[in-house]
Amino acid sequence: MPEREDEWTGLMRSAISGDSAAYHRLLKAVTPVLRAAARRGLARAGQPVDQSEDVVQDILLAVHLKRHTWDANAPFAPWLFAIARNKLIDSLRRRGRRVFVNIDDFAETIPGEPAAETAPASEVAAQLQSLPARQRDVLQSIAVDGASIKETAAKFAMSEGAVRVALHRGLASLTAKLREQ
Amino acid sequence: METDQLIRTLAADNAHRARPVGFVLALALLAAVPVSVTMFFAELGVRPDVMTAMRNPFFDLKFAVTLALAIPAIAISLHLSRPEASLHGWAWLLLIPAGLLVIGTASEMMMPQRLPMMTRLVGTNSRTCLTAIPLMSLPLLAAALVGLRHGAPTRPAVAGAIAGLLSAGLAATLYASHCTDDSPLFVATWYTIATASVTAIGAVAGSRVLRV
Repeated sequence: MPEREDEWTGLMRSAISGDSAAYHRLLKAVTPVLRAAARRGLARAGQPVDQSEDVVQDILLAVHLKRHTWDANAPFAPWLFAIARNKLIDSLRRRGRRVFVNIDDFAETIPGEPAAETAPASEVAAQLQSLPARQRDVLQSIAVDGASIKETAAKFAMSEGAVRVALHRGLASLTAKLREQ
Repeated sequence: METDQLIRTLAADNAHRARPVGFVLALALLAAVPVSVTMFFAELGVRPDVMTAMRNPFFDLKFAVTLALAIPAIAISLHLSRPEASLHGWAWLLLIPAGLLVIGTASEMMMPQRLPMMTRLVGTNSRTCLTAIPLMSLPLLAAALVGLRHGAPTRPAVAGAIAGLLSAGLAATLYASHCTDDSPLFVATWYTIATASVTAIGAVAGSRVLRV
């Protein structure tokens, strides 16, 4: 779908030049595609597809923290899919060590068959609890309560700059913890 | 956390700008170079007859070879720090130092020599070469890996190996000014073995530390 991918490239260019709304739209637009790919990958590897949401969140975090490696003159989709493929392989490797796959479960999740339901993502939420209090509070305020940076700053009597720093550090350490788990 | 909530949080962090990979790599290497240079002057130092040696084209060729390894390796590692990148179209750059060595060896063969070929190849400094180059590369290798970690290499072992070539090329440039063996045969043998070992260390280290 070249038009779709051109649209992504345009949105990412706007995002890089500071348009957060474009960035939000881009992440919303790529998520269903990433989810479908994660399901296909998990199914092909004989892993339960209901864990796809954890993989999707893993990919989104990597996209966010590594977006400076995207060349704004190149199309966005190949970059995105390279990150996604890499993260999927990574999480299969991690899961491979601790998930026991029953052959009967596998028969029920053949590729192409729509899975009945997807378990809510749990890994990011679990790692969130292990962050330093300030980072956790800021992340929760923005993610769960839907507060803006400004509102979060007022709530915790912090400067907006301090909220931004805590937000970014929180996301970076979440990603580091996910990688090490 | 719902995926929509995560997306909202990431969008809120859009203002954060990370430094370019090239900047971080340059900074890390600039911090590591003094460490390797200190190791060099503490243990080896420039050979005493360096002024005379500079008039010998085979002495100068050593620097051409080591820099022709280090500089393309820097370019390739920056390229590989992008997730969608592959070695395709870039690997030939690594043939430049090999080509220089072939030309150098051939020209030396055509000149009258005081010493037999095996004596030139074995030289007098092979053991120093095999220890000094890998040891002086280690700080540089660590720096290159720090720089690449800031990127998103999706082939960690390959990227690590290129970081190994880069650091061995820089360390060999230092070492070349100490070593009194200037024969291209010596360089082709011992520098290559030293470089290969650093490359292997880089590949192993890269596959561990360079995960996106």
